[in-house]
Amino acid sequence: MHFRRTTALWILIVLAVTVGACGKKTPPVARPIPPPPADPASSANRPPTPPEPIAENRSVPPEPIAEDPLKVSDIDKINQNSPFQPVFFALDMADIDSTGQAALNANAGVLKKYPEWIITIEGHADERGTAEYNLALGERRAVAARAYLISLGIPADRLKTVSYGKEFPFDPSHTEAAWSKNRRAHFVVTSK
Amino acid sequence: MKPIRILAIALVACAAAVLTAQTPPPTPPPGQQPDVIELKIGDRSGSPPRLAVPEFAALTADPETVKAAKTIGQVLFDDIAYEKEFYMVPRDVMATMPKHTSADSVQIDSWKSVADGMIVGTVRKSGDSVVVEARLIQLPSGKLAFGKQYTGSLKSVADGGRTYAHTLSDELHKQQFAIRGIARTKLAFSSNRTGDKSTTGYIKNRDAANIYFSDYDGANETRVTVYPTLDLSPVWSPDGRAIAYTSYRNNYPDIFISFIYEGRLERPAKGTSETKNYLPAWSQDGSRIAYTSALPDGNVEIFVMNRDGSANRRLTNHPMADATPTWSPTGTQLSFVSDRTGSPQIYIINADGTDMKRISTESYCDRPTWSPPPFNEIAYTCRGGGGYQIMVYDFISGSSRPISDGIGSNESPAFAPSGRHIAFVSDRTGRQQIYTMHRDGSGLKQITKTGTNKYPNWSQ
Repeated sequence: MHFRRTTALWILIVLAVTVGACGKKTPPVARPIPPPPADPASSANRPPTPPEPIAENRSVPPEPIAEDPLKVSDIDKINQNSPFQPVFFALDMADIDSTGQAALNANAGVLKKYPEWIITIEGHADERGTAEYNLALGERRAVAARAYLISLGIPADRLKTVSYGKEFPFDPSHTEAAWSKNRRAHFVVTSK
Repeated sequence: MKPIRILAIALVACAAAVLTAQTPPPTPPPGQQPDVIELKIGDRSGSPPRLAVPEFAALTADPETVKAAKTIGQVLFDDIAYEKEFYMVPRDVMATMPKHTSADSVQIDSWKSVADGMIVGTVRKSGDSVVVEARLIQLPSGKLAFGKQYTGSLKSVADGGRTYAHTLSDELHKQQFAIRGIARTKLAFSSNRTGDKSTTGYIKNRDAANIYFSDYDGANETRVTVYPTLDLSPVWSPDGRAIAYTSYRNNYPDIFISFIYEGRLERPAKGTSETKNYLPAWSQDGSRIAYTSALPDGNVEIFVMNRDGSANRRLTNHPMADATPTWSPTGTQLSFVSDRTGSPQIYIINADGTDMKRISTESYCDRPTWSPPPFNEIAYTCRGGGGYQIMVYDFISGSSRPISDGIGSNESPAFAPSGRHIAFVSDRTGRQQIYTMHRDGSGLKQITKTGTNKYPNWSQ
């Protein structure tokens, strides 16, 4: 193949520019020289920089104490001899069976008898679930009980829900009997 | 002639110019350290480099220094061993070697047969301060690969000076392997160890649980919350100055943020007995908190708010429960649990609520934790083997592998900021305790021993 003169000129120009650019490249970065060997006899071998201040552990002042929730002792007495029945659930489930419905029917009767009472429905789970999901499952159980009571005519603003997941077992034993006691919606009076 | 051929000739010419133009690197002036020490321990050809970490030498005879010299060496050995990047020369082998009494009195000839590198450390008292020095010596050359000096008050060695060891371990791994060490990180968790009874709710005789944190190895356990109630699910802010958690102190769960070095408290989600908030998760840049909210209509959904409570936005919308969120490292996605298919499973979703995908296939799954880079994984717990096991889902393969050993029930995993370690809860001793392990399931270490301890979270 013939090289045209202009092509050859272009090649020379590109070469010149490229080599020139290469030549003008900044000098290679100095390879680090390993420091002189640690001579056991020499005492002049200390790291030259001054010591760095260590990040010390900081003290942790106590958290501010929140006010005590208002304790109303006659509500305590009511809950100690509670007129409400708990509702029990199957493992991992939040469905209310016929026994649960019967308990809720009775609870609705109590609520209609004391119309000024506000209750909290606590949702609980047994220890065989995992901690985090059980907080959600407990809520679903409490909400299921609440929904049924609303369907019986109890005003929604009298029924609060809270989930304790598996954190507050009623029976801490590791038996089937204990577990079935812990899978529940539990009713407490919280104001009257 | 084609332009590509001109370019090829130009490149060849350039390479030729470089090869001929090379000059020897300039010599630094004598007595001056170069800026970058590149000396690595071991040949890195396959087996991990062998490192000896003998006890530090006490250069002054006072009891604080003697105790610190012993403690710092032991803790540094344990820290480096737990990162699993070096092969540790065993303690019984080191016990047969001559001990150094100062930084300069190391017998290289004795050590060079058992190690590719060794750490020579000293501690001395200087007035009201302590000075800790450590040098990493390459063997057999005797060259200095790494040197550090630290100073602190006598208070900094009250526990034997563990902070010095942790700092050295992290610095060493940064310099030798360019990896993030965990020796200075902390674990937060919920514990009932005081035996206090909760005053929350109207049923008596329930155990209170409070928030604690400790060093990553379980030392220096510190109590954060003091109110006799149920405090759960702590999560560190990325700057390490605050812990967000769930507390029932108002008789319903709500999210509190404790600024632990200031004794200050915030309640950003402003829950009520109608709208309850729990299971917070802090985004990696510290700007947002994702959490679970139980709404007045009974729905349990994921929300995202700024850390001050502003710009609150709902992320999920399904009549079943969506809970326990965790953020991706870039903050563009979240993972969470939903039982919308009938059992709890792990999902991922974009931070704007789009593109929800299920990633777990086991029968019952919970508590996802998203690994930091360079790994692209989500760990979670799933039901199996009579209890629960820790699984790791890998985005690249699209499948999960078990990493816990099948002993006891293992739950609530939390990745370390290195991505190379995981904290979790196990009941293998009969009581739930916090453990840590390597991401392959090895290196099991029990962190808590007192009371029942749950909901671990690993600081940045």
